[in-house]
Amino acid sequence: MGEKKKKIIKSIKIDVEKCNGCRSCEMICSAFHATPKYSSNNPARSRIRLIRDPLRDIYLPVYAGEYAPAECMGRDKYVIAGKEYEECGFCRASCPSRDVFKEPDSGLPLKCDMCEDDPPQEKPLCVQWCIHDALIYEEREEEVEEEVKLEDVEVGLESMIDKYGLEKVMDTVTRISASKKS
Amino acid sequence: MRYAETGFNLEVDLTRGNIERVETDPRDTELYLGGLGTNAKILWERVPPEVEPFSPENLLIFGAGLLCGTPAIGCNRTIVSTISPQTLLMAFSMMGGFWAPELKYAGYDKVILRGKSPNLVYLWINNDKVEIRDATHLKGRGAVETAELIRQELKEPRAQVAAIGLAGENRVYFASIEQGRSSASRGGIGAVMGDKGVKAIVVRGTKDINVARPAEFLALCNEVMSYIKFRNENPIPGVMPILAGLGSPQEMKVHDEKWHTENFMWGNSRVRQKDFWNEEVARQWAETLDSMRTRLISCYNCPMTCGATISPPGLPTYMMKCFSKLTYTMAAFADLEFGLGIAQSATEYGVDGFSTPQVMAFALELYENGILTDDDFPGMPSDNEGRFYWLLDKIVRREGIGDVLANGTYWAARQIGKGAEAYAHNNIKKHEQLPLKLSMLNPIYFLMYATGEKINITQIEGQFPQAPWPTREEREEFVKDWFQVPDEKFKQYLLDWEPRGEKSMPFYPTVEMCCDIVDWQEKMHYIDDGLGMCSGLSSFPLKPPYHMHNYPAFISSGAGIDMDEAKLTQAAKRYRTLVRAINIRRGMRRKDDKPPENHWKKRFPELEKELLDTYYKFKGWNDQGIPTKESLHELGLDYVSEDFEKRGIYSDNDGASSKETSPETEKN
Repeated sequence: MGEKKKKIIKSIKIDVEKCNGCRSCEMICSAFHATPKYSSNNPARSRIRLIRDPLRDIYLPVYAGEYAPAECMGRDKYVIAGKEYEECGFCRASCPSRDVFKEPDSGLPLKCDMCEDDPPQEKPLCVQWCIHDALIYEEREEEVEEEVKLEDVEVGLESMIDKYGLEKVMDTVTRISASKKS
Repeated sequence: MRYAETGFNLEVDLTRGNIERVETDPRDTELYLGGLGTNAKILWERVPPEVEPFSPENLLIFGAGLLCGTPAIGCNRTIVSTISPQTLLMAFSMMGGFWAPELKYAGYDKVILRGKSPNLVYLWINNDKVEIRDATHLKGRGAVETAELIRQELKEPRAQVAAIGLAGENRVYFASIEQGRSSASRGGIGAVMGDKGVKAIVVRGTKDINVARPAEFLALCNEVMSYIKFRNENPIPGVMPILAGLGSPQEMKVHDEKWHTENFMWGNSRVRQKDFWNEEVARQWAETLDSMRTRLISCYNCPMTCGATISPPGLPTYMMKCFSKLTYTMAAFADLEFGLGIAQSATEYGVDGFSTPQVMAFALELYENGILTDDDFPGMPSDNEGRFYWLLDKIVRREGIGDVLANGTYWAARQIGKGAEAYAHNNIKKHEQLPLKLSMLNPIYFLMYATGEKINITQIEGQFPQAPWPTREEREEFVKDWFQVPDEKFKQYLLDWEPRGEKSMPFYPTVEMCCDIVDWQEKMHYIDDGLGMCSGLSSFPLKPPYHMHNYPAFISSGAGIDMDEAKLTQAAKRYRTLVRAINIRRGMRRKDDKPPENHWKKRFPELEKELLDTYYKFKGWNDQGIPTKESLHELGLDYVSEDFEKRGIYSDNDGASSKETSPETEKN
């Protein structure tokens, strides 16, 4: 078994009922990530997006997650308490199917970094600016086993070997590692 | 590089369908800030007094305030300026919401409309791409409905839409421009938009807005945020709930309407119901509001929740704020359920929530008194509430008597004749006012009502308490942390102010003190309108987070303009004077500077004359209210006095040129 490691998990709890729809979160996120810091702002560059549809009482802040190179094969719609949320509404990915979470001029993907800063911010800026507590910052410590990850790799490799044969996988790994080193 | 502002206006000639992006002069920003200030400068230069409100030469300017789109909290207002069909003077109604910041992000500070489109169109501003698009399919559609349809049509849910309803299309003199949870309603600016053939202006912007000194600017924003939190936790004691906190009056939040319903007038601003509020009404109204109000909501980048989404049973959802909660109810002697229901129609039609109920109550009063008869109301239902719905419909369609009423009480009364003028009793400069009738003259309010060119008392008052606390201890407590005062003397004015006795109304505050107080109150509103700041965080409430001592720093670090208190005072005075100059050139004189005859029961003609004389002098105006050559020179406005001289304005003492015909009656 591998060594146990402690890890801080940062999360933002979103209470959609408390959102007042002001979009301060979008504004301050884009300002924080400007260079130099706060020198400009532009909600279209924000890593948090408020899906806001007042007439249907939909207020849904969503954070940018991982970049996805392809769109999903199928999509889903959520209906919660009688309100139908738009397709992809809850999804955090920056993906080809929509224009959110991309830099408006370059199209490069955006991702929430919890406002990493030096010295560290007490809370991400969007949380600081949301005085209605629709966004609540939470930290917790978790113990993770490094080993788990190795097992994952092993499972993955075995399935590759099953599919393509040992020789082909080894060749490929050798070639990739050679090209990475050079 | 331009900071806070974009440095570009969008000039749209609707007659020719021409669109131009025009760079602005940064020196104008320094002298007139932005928003109202630069709007006024453009109107002065390009709309001479001969231009009628419904002439193609009239401009309709949508100006974002100087700091809109920066992180400045609550700075989101669009200042719409034009010549009003109702007052025939400069109108500068404003709206919060999301439109002004979006315009900035699209790369423009203003949209300036001139000419007239032959067909109904809408303007689609998508960053650098701007098009005039056909809107004939939207003709007759509601303002809220229109916004929804356009967003769907453009597949752009994030576009911000400012639209008119049927009232604007039909040039109703109190038609509004609606924008989601906000509207620019006063002065009939929606009628000018309709006259120009523009159904909506739609904006989407994805560009950056820069500030000059980021760290300093953000520190100021953080201070404002902390103070907002402090004020939310520490309401002002001893004042009614809507004056205790920040924001627009919290009508959507507060259930207790004892003060409004018992102190404001019902019907056509006639009847006071002193014992109206009781437990049963309180219970019923709370139930109504709770059942229809889905959520309290905010404008862009503001934590105050002054608005609400309202879903009346069986009707589409709409958004509302502030005192329109009560205006329809009180005009009709009805209950809150009726008020919130008819306001849904009124919002879709796009009409002003102050003028409209009063116009309808005025019509029914004329009917009750035999001046209008059954012949004028064919098919009107017999029940009270039904009548209001019927009248609203006739007005926005300009059908039958509605065509007359659509011009507002002032012009309608003149058209109807037979003594109807006496029933249009609640106007200032031809425009309907809050339904307030009080007993003792209030010298501060006298000056604000008389000389305010925003024509709306809520857009002039604020900062200084409306009445003194009964005990000196309470007053001492209040002034303790009253750092917003521009000068320490204001604290003394308040400390010595008594509800009764020698130092009470109407002779205390003294005439000079009243001038100081009114000037301070007005100045803060004008600064807000230059910057695009909501008065709810600045000029309106007691002890606001924005004030004379932090504004210069906001402007310096935000817009990169070297600013101090003296220079800011001078700038605000400059464009305030320019607004007056525009109106003077259109015939406004001392005779127009007066509150409604019956606003107070006890009047003091000599004191009122002294107040006006002294205030005029204080402002640098002559005894006709015309800015003097010297005071204009001091403000760098020699071009105004030159124009005045050329037009013989200084020698024309009664403003005989003041027009007394309604544009609508001249249309044929």
